[in-house]
Amino acid sequence: MRARAPDGASRTRLKQEIPVSLDKEQVQQIAVLARLKLADDEFAETVDKLSRIVDFVDQLSQADTSDVVPMAHPLDVAQRLRADEVTESNERDRMQQNAPATQDGLYLVPKVIE
Amino acid sequence: MSQDLHTLTLTQIKAGLEKGEFSAVELTEALLARVEKHDDALNAFITVTAEQALAAAKSADAARAAGKGGVLNGLPLVHKDIFCTRDILTTCGSRMLEDFVSPYDATIVERLAAAGAVVLGKSNMDEFAMGSSNETSFFGPVRNPWNAECSPGGSSGGSAAAVAARLAPAATGTDTGGSIRQPAALTGTVGLKPTYGRVSRYGMIAFASSLDQAGVITRSSADAALLLGVMAGFDERDSTSIDHPVPDYTAALSQSLDGLRVGIVKQHFDEGLDEQTGAAVREALAVLEANGATLTEVDMPNIDLSVPTYYVVAPAECSSNLSRFDGVRFGHRADDPEDLFDLYCRSRGEGFGAEVKRRIMTGTYVLSAGYYDAYYLKAQQVRHLIADDFKKAFETVDVIAGPTAPTPAFKLGDKTDDPITMYLNDIYTIGANLAGLPGISTPCGLVDGLPVGLHLVGPHWGEETLLRCAHNYEQLTDWHFACPGDFS
Repeated sequence: MRARAPDGASRTRLKQEIPVSLDKEQVQQIAVLARLKLADDEFAETVDKLSRIVDFVDQLSQADTSDVVPMAHPLDVAQRLRADEVTESNERDRMQQNAPATQDGLYLVPKVIE
Repeated sequence: MSQDLHTLTLTQIKAGLEKGEFSAVELTEALLARVEKHDDALNAFITVTAEQALAAAKSADAARAAGKGGVLNGLPLVHKDIFCTRDILTTCGSRMLEDFVSPYDATIVERLAAAGAVVLGKSNMDEFAMGSSNETSFFGPVRNPWNAECSPGGSSGGSAAAVAARLAPAATGTDTGGSIRQPAALTGTVGLKPTYGRVSRYGMIAFASSLDQAGVITRSSADAALLLGVMAGFDERDSTSIDHPVPDYTAALSQSLDGLRVGIVKQHFDEGLDEQTGAAVREALAVLEANGATLTEVDMPNIDLSVPTYYVVAPAECSSNLSRFDGVRFGHRADDPEDLFDLYCRSRGEGFGAEVKRRIMTGTYVLSAGYYDAYYLKAQQVRHLIADDFKKAFETVDVIAGPTAPTPAFKLGDKTDDPITMYLNDIYTIGANLAGLPGISTPCGLVDGLPVGLHLVGPHWGEETLLRCAHNYEQLTDWHFACPGDFS
């Protein structure tokens, strides 16, 4: 089971109909889903540019794709699998040198459970 | 002697080192001095690894003296800063990874080093490889050696500028929609993007995993062949690496153009193409034809949908890949987070630049409930149609040729207002990524003093044909010798 996002927004439906472009409310919603805080001055520009991008990719709707199988891999091959065996050595300390905050080998985050 | 070493291609350097005309240390010192002298103006490097480079050069000289050393022994190059390099800063052009020191080497870094290559440093790039002008880099734009007011293209713009300015004879790059080939065209260098799965992506920071491929920027196709031979091949650590034999790419160069069937796509010469760029490319096609190749028009009815398809698929994959940057395990972390949600949102909001955020949001949107079918699924269907167009074309031709980019280098700042104008720069290159095909760009002219490129795309595993065609063209013309005036 995946934990519910703190804002309850995970997999929220945006709006049913496909809009020609995006409004502020939708962009705010997308930013929450993407876990991105936009500065106020960034926000207006993002609404404008994101709308242009969505309008641009909208031309795909004109293509006739009935009976076309969605492409899953550029070479049309299956994903390779390997035996479920430990092959890497434990390099925790080395890996954690890049972590912003650790203690006793654990990553530190703000308190999650009261 | 030493003041001329920077003019040598990789192949010439290899011969010079083998004959003992100069040492790897002398060469490395000469190039580092050039980087020191010129890079303030170009901004092609994010990190210069002078100390490590000199140590590696010394080892290469010692190995040679002992009768040992790999095929690239003592040959200098630059790595795009998207490749993880052990104990060396690896930023991906982002504030997010401003202080990231990689704990391991990418497979290609490892393979090139094992063959004796000397790494001069890490090159500047568009942030997370998202851009076509190098202007999205957190470390500032790279300037085009041909005209400092112009962009060198992107995202491998630092790699291309370094090679064009003769600061390094070769550089690695990555290509998700044209990021090796377009900057190569705009700087008068050779850029090779191999078949998807040909070169390991292990340790290459992911942007769009079904499109990303590592390759090289060099001054000749012979140099590209030399490096590809070392980089290519199966890697267990990359789940999309393909176990396909690695041929002798250098041997492929000696074949003539006789009987080579070259396909032309009509839409690649439509009104979006700058007139003089088109004229240069047509002239290049005429050279191929006059020397044994045949030209045929091929029909690609769905190719016009490449760019919109790409701008659904690539952002979708980017939004998934970049979710790993959460301010917890590595990368930028915001100060004094209120809670975990605030930590995620502010770390990402501060760590990523505007274009990366736009792509993540575009991807989030096209993958969100209610829109998935209309955008992502639809794009993957159109992608199949485009791949089928190529497949059909390669039943009758060996390569498809055309322009690499619609115009020569554009001015910095010219295309930053409208994302679509910028995206259309990759209109001729994106198709190869969508279909997983190899592509190469080689210099084919100068328009108002700025280079333009001839673009060749081949079928899966068709690198030998591309290299053969480009190499023959380079023997028949001298565009790849052209050097920007300030850097001769």
